[in-house]
Amino acid sequence: MLKLENVHTFYGQIEALKGVSLEVHPGEIVTLIGANGAGKSTLLMTICGSPQASEGSVAFEGQDITRKPTHVIMQCGLAVVPEGRRIFPGLTVQENLQMGGFFADKARLETDLERVFGLFPRLKERRHQRGGTLSGGEQQMLAIGRGLMGRPNLLLLDEPSLGLAPIIIAQIFQILKEIREEGVTIFLVEQNAHRALQLADRGYVLENGRIVLADSGPNLLANDEVRKAYLGG
Amino acid sequence: MPRTLIDALLAAVLTAVLLIPIFGLRIQVDGVNVALDRTPTPVVIAVVAVFLLRLFKRPLQRLWASWKVPGSWRANSATAALRQTAQHPRARQALWLLLLAVAVIWPFTVSRGAVDVMTLALIYVMLGLGLNIVVGFAGLLVLGYAAFYAVGAYAYAYLAQQFGLSFWLCLPIAGGLAALTGFLLGLPVLRLRGDYLAIVTLGFGEITRLLLNNLNFLTGGPDGIGGIPRPSLFGLEFGRRAKDGGATFHEFFGLDYSGDHAVIFMYLLGLALVLATLFVIDRLLRMPLGRAWEALREDEIACRSLGLNPTVIKLSALTLSAAFAGFAGAFFAARQGHINPESFTFIESAMVLAIVVLGGMGSQLGVVLAAIAITVLPELAREFNEYRMLAFGLVMVLMMMWRPQGLIPASRPPLTLPERAEAAR
Repeated sequence: MLKLENVHTFYGQIEALKGVSLEVHPGEIVTLIGANGAGKSTLLMTICGSPQASEGSVAFEGQDITRKPTHVIMQCGLAVVPEGRRIFPGLTVQENLQMGGFFADKARLETDLERVFGLFPRLKERRHQRGGTLSGGEQQMLAIGRGLMGRPNLLLLDEPSLGLAPIIIAQIFQILKEIREEGVTIFLVEQNAHRALQLADRGYVLENGRIVLADSGPNLLANDEVRKAYLGG
Repeated sequence: MPRTLIDALLAAVLTAVLLIPIFGLRIQVDGVNVALDRTPTPVVIAVVAVFLLRLFKRPLQRLWASWKVPGSWRANSATAALRQTAQHPRARQALWLLLLAVAVIWPFTVSRGAVDVMTLALIYVMLGLGLNIVVGFAGLLVLGYAAFYAVGAYAYAYLAQQFGLSFWLCLPIAGGLAALTGFLLGLPVLRLRGDYLAIVTLGFGEITRLLLNNLNFLTGGPDGIGGIPRPSLFGLEFGRRAKDGGATFHEFFGLDYSGDHAVIFMYLLGLALVLATLFVIDRLLRMPLGRAWEALREDEIACRSLGLNPTVIKLSALTLSAAFAGFAGAFFAARQGHINPESFTFIESAMVLAIVVLGGMGSQLGVVLAAIAITVLPELAREFNEYRMLAFGLVMVLMMMWRPQGLIPASRPPLTLPERAEAAR
């Protein structure tokens, strides 16, 4: 479904990704873990075309999207939940969600809105409240819900657990499971390696811009190196 | 205490420095002699007032704080009912209709001059509403708005003069041309952000003015274009005698000729244009495009992540905004009958921007009120005309102190948790 081959990305002179190849198959939850500055977010942003890969290729559903502008990529059935949530604080919850379904017609917008409210009843309660007044967890739910409004086949998430209480993180990850059961493939970038690997079918470990390990989720959880580096022994 | 004293003295000296050239020394022309007239009284009064106010700032503030409106005033049943009705859509409709009725009937009861001033105010309302799209909703600081205004005005003036096209035909053309200008300007310029965009649009405004001044064959240079025909009502003219075989308004309706008809007609025409502007913008805001403007203002990266092309959305805002300036320009040319580049200087852009900021960015009602205030108040206080800019500055300072969000801040849908909303801001 998503295939990266030998992707190199630069920030000016600095090479943030040094030849990354990975693959996500339909229906999977795949996670990418790594330390701060390993290039996780860069990898996600490269898929979205901002910045673009200077070498290598990114293909989504058989289509080469390496050189396409971001707004075109984001209309191909791909959605991203950006790092730090980036909801629209001045817009209401419902308007935030409607922005996610910007290209949908009215009828589809209604059904999609109901679907997201089904997943996140909390958002329905607060639909007329400004996004900025929500708690961190609710904002994360809103960001995920907004991403789902575009009916993506693949949902990219950048650190959805960032800055949230453990109980909220558990809720979010539970919802990710539900979303997968609805047929959405998930690519999850996380620092919270333990939780991410528990959820994921497969995982990649990124270090200094290179993939150093790739295995199934349970195997990575059991892997000694991973335990030492990311799971605290 | 000594600190307050020093502070007060400093403020007093500053006041004196500011006011002596404006109030203290006046040039008196007496025949061929020019004399400098020294009148110290107003300066002394102002300096003493500032000194005392600064000196007793704290006690005054405490006094002000203790003299607060009792809570019961705000929460009693009458105000609550008033607020409830204000939120009720039916009541709102009724209120708007009432306002509209007043606006329509009003000109028949007052003097011709008052109606004329109000017509000018309506032009600024239109400009304010137009600029509000791009500054208030899309959050793009455009400083050359007068350029689009000029394009609209000159488009009508030129087409009417050279080809004898009617106002009604020229109005959409003027709007279209202004929109095209906005579009062409936006294509390269909207990649810039914030201050840079402001500077480039400022330059564009100046370039337009210079072009108007120098393209003599097209714009008549500094003399401008005169003898611009006034709009007609379904072919009925408002002159004393109709040109080449047409009918005049007063003949058609069997009235005595009166210059008031034309003035009131222009006012009503302006009112209709303002209402159309309000209606169109209100519609746009309810559409996904209007929401996208606001979303873009809040977070451009998030917008891109949702598949929106920021350039297209910004371009749509600028193009539409320019179109409204074009309409306003055509109407302005029709009202004045004569235009020249002096009407489209930077001050004009700054005025419109001030209207938007004063009214509260993104607030339609606020912009309408601010536009009326900014055009009508100086007219009411004609005798203080020299101090206009001084008063302008004073108002700006006061606004910054008391209502930094504008007269009527843009209102989002009501919140269920107002306290938390404030905390999160």
